[in-house]
Amino acid sequence: MQIELTVNDKLVTWDVENDEFLADTLRAHGFLSVKKACDTSCCGLCTVWMDGKPILSCSILAMRAHGKKITTIEGVSQAAEEFARILTAEGAEQCGFCSPGFIMNVLAMKNELDNPTEDEIIHYLTGNLCRCTGYMGQLRAVKTYLGVA
Amino acid sequence: MEAVNLRNVGHSIPKIDGLSIATGKPAYTEDLAMPHALVLKILRSPHAFAKIISIDTSKAERVEGVECILTYKDVPKVRFTLAGQSYPEPSPYDRMILEGVVRYVGDEVAIIAAVDEKTALKAMKLINVEYEVLEPVLDFEKAIGHPSVVHFEEDLTCNFDIGLHKEQNIVSSHEQAVGDVEKVLKDCEFVVEDVYYPQAQAHAMMETYRSFTYQDYMGRLVVVSSTQVPFHIKRQLARALQIPATKIRVIKPRIGGGFGGKQTGAGDVFAALVTLRTGKPAMIIYDRQETFSCTTSRHAMRIKVRLGADADGFIRAIDLEVLSDTGAYGEHASTVLSCVGEYTLPLYNKTKAVRIRGNAVYTNKMPAGAFRGYGATQGTFALESAVNKLAERLAIDPTEVRLKNISQKGETFLTGHGVQLGSTALDRCIKKGREMIGWKEKFPRQTLSGTKVRGVGMAITMQGSGIANIGTASAEIRLTDDGNFALLIGATDMGTGCDTILSQIAAEVLEVPLDKIYVSAGDTDTSPFDPGSYASSTTYLAGTAVLKAAEELKGKILDQGAKFLGASKENVIFEELSVRRIDGEGEISLAKIAEQTILGMGNLQLAAMATHGSQISPPPYVAGFAEVEVDVETGKVDLIDYVAVVDCGTMINPNLARIQAEGGIVQGIGMALFEEVRYSNLGKMETNTFMQYKIPCRQDVGNVRIAFEESYEPSGPFGAKSIGEVVANTPPPAIVNAVYNAVGVQVHHLPVTAEKVFLEMLKQQ
Ligand code: FES
Ligand code: FES
Repeated sequence: MQIELTVNDKLVTWDVENDEFLADTLRAHGFLSVKKACDTSCCGLCTVWMDGKPILSCSILAMRAHGKKITTIEGVSQAAEEFARILTAEGAEQCGFCSPGFIMNVLAMKNELDNPTEDEIIHYLTGNLCRCTGYMGQLRAVKTYLGVA
Repeated sequence: MEAVNLRNVGHSIPKIDGLSIATGKPAYTEDLAMPHALVLKILRSPHAFAKIISIDTSKAERVEGVECILTYKDVPKVRFTLAGQSYPEPSPYDRMILEGVVRYVGDEVAIIAAVDEKTALKAMKLINVEYEVLEPVLDFEKAIGHPSVVHFEEDLTCNFDIGLHKEQNIVSSHEQAVGDVEKVLKDCEFVVEDVYYPQAQAHAMMETYRSFTYQDYMGRLVVVSSTQVPFHIKRQLARALQIPATKIRVIKPRIGGGFGGKQTGAGDVFAALVTLRTGKPAMIIYDRQETFSCTTSRHAMRIKVRLGADADGFIRAIDLEVLSDTGAYGEHASTVLSCVGEYTLPLYNKTKAVRIRGNAVYTNKMPAGAFRGYGATQGTFALESAVNKLAERLAIDPTEVRLKNISQKGETFLTGHGVQLGSTALDRCIKKGREMIGWKEKFPRQTLSGTKVRGVGMAITMQGSGIANIGTASAEIRLTDDGNFALLIGATDMGTGCDTILSQIAAEVLEVPLDKIYVSAGDTDTSPFDPGSYASSTTYLAGTAVLKAAEELKGKILDQGAKFLGASKENVIFEELSVRRIDGEGEISLAKIAEQTILGMGNLQLAAMATHGSQISPPPYVAGFAEVEVDVETGKVDLIDYVAVVDCGTMINPNLARIQAEGGIVQGIGMALFEEVRYSNLGKMETNTFMQYKIPCRQDVGNVRIAFEESYEPSGPFGAKSIGEVVANTPPPAIVNAVYNAVGVQVHHLPVTAEKVFLEMLKQQ
């Protein structure tokens, strides 16, 4: 079927299969920042925004994006880079495979929560797995970014 | 070179690829694949052990869009190993690309290549296979002498005598003994004996295994692979496919984690075969289930330990007896087995006799392979658990038992062939760690309430830095036509940051800013040989190769600069990107030297190449301390705090070292508390998704705190040793010990689950 949606502020019309997931559609159209690391909605690597809210693009049918606004990290490059600089200064991205999804969730959290506590930060980001870094460095980076102690 | 006044080394420089990969720029295998590459799917065995009676692919082949379907009839009849090890590999050549026998649930039966995934899957369902099901060997403790023989074929070969007795399902036997262990044990005042079961663990790297292949304009096979070992993959493919190695190029792009898993080949050979057969680009991506159940895991083991100490608390004898489950194929079987002793026995050096004996056995389960820690992890769990037990028997604080017995700088080891220990700060690591965790106040337990008890526990560990006398690394540095430097390395950054670290070393020696250097790595056509990033070798071996090459190139630049300046080499110096006469009578910039040598009539591109191998493998150390809280009503264990103090020699990049340590510790925490590869009683893996196989998430790990106690390793670049693996080893024994100190339950089978703790507590009541 054909869907019309806004991707990173551009209106697009795409042909998608009925059983196609949004993550695959986005990759097929060149949004290669979108990564997948599971088939059970467990890892969070595929996180993008739908109408400004983080979603797991691996678990949402592409057709459900019809009429919606989708944002990938390519669409928020300035904010993403600002946080990525802090993350890399901390040394806290290793293989980097988890980073785009993680960053999308960090940026969403910043929009959503005011002055979150450490527990709130951890809670918000729990769905983003990372096998390399052990999470501590990511937490330090997030706190620096949010300016919370 | 001493680590003083350094501008690059010792600084926490962000990874040179960090910003790009963090923001999702295309950099990984799938990102680089051609859009119309054939998609591969693998039909896998539903049986743990079976012979294929017949395969009918005719229906499947008629599906529109199917390019080819390959079975065991279509592959070269030659056995090879997927283990990425230096030639001649110590792993047996015991597998074919596809074979008429399947040896575990998930073993490959047929390769389907089609225009897209849906078509491939549709075709897969139409393949008809008839099996003769055989009785599988599932319990590794019953493998030796089992009526079923996992590898009954005649043409299995080994490059070495690794003690293979395939008719008994023994892949490898190992024994190393110094002194008379039995006699020394008999004379010991205190003897501790116990048996431990470190479990199979999944690597669970976020980027699953994947490979993309095509033929270039000269008909050569190009393999873009998410691998830690491009040169080994090239050699492996040449053998498996029976084509000359000159016809193969392997490229490693950015990879999404490896942890040793990608030291063993996975889909490369299937994609390569399809490309050779069809002439078309092909891509294979293992899904998460295949990654869990059709690649490799850590070797599950049973380790019996006997420890003897005298009345003063000196450990006099260590005896390890190991049984290692290598699964259906013997990748890394013999070496992981021997490393159990290699990286544990030299920890304590008041010993008079030590011994390790053991077997690695075939079973009809997914193969085990290389995994961060490589036998040391399993050995550390067993030995350190036993040392904690010994401390209790001796009524000496566990930290003091360690301080009394650990190896000191300058000492040699019973098993160490006379090599002296060049550096250690392990004593400082232990002292610092116990201070940080609050050992004095907290050991062994604090009762918080009627239902919550906290305990602390500890363990120490060592690893190596590279493989002595086997591991090598090469590096080349060129002065480029624009006055910059190209650093060519075969080392394979898998997120560890080695591209950055090796650049830092080059920049330090060449005395140039980091941004004057670009790195080209991991391409078998253009990189100098490096076995790859494994065995904790990159900083230590490749780092030294880079250092040597940089020193040589710097000498050449000075020579050339002096020539241009009409001075002798002794009368010039290199500073601020120029060669200057000491007398101030002239200078020439690097850019000018480059221009005048490379362009026009210079006819000379300055470059230097160095290869480095080491006769020793100096150990890094970690002292790990865990504080847990146990709920006595349910047995639930929460990790509150984990302190690890690390001696990795000089830190080339402190932030990257810290993250390596934090990541390794959390993987170890996963092994201690959550992770376990489990099989059904028919041999099917039950833990093949993140739903069943739990890796730690942010909420599971409490607080992990890392500190460093630097030593200076004279044989390492700027005094550096390794860090990548050693950090994974302490959590299992330290956490198990903390649980014991809290509630008196000694867990022998990892992981420590609430059920195990609770049931043991019930028994005690
Ligand atoms: S790919 Fe794992 S949650 Fe989407
Ligand atoms: S950095 Fe590798 S998974 Fe997070």
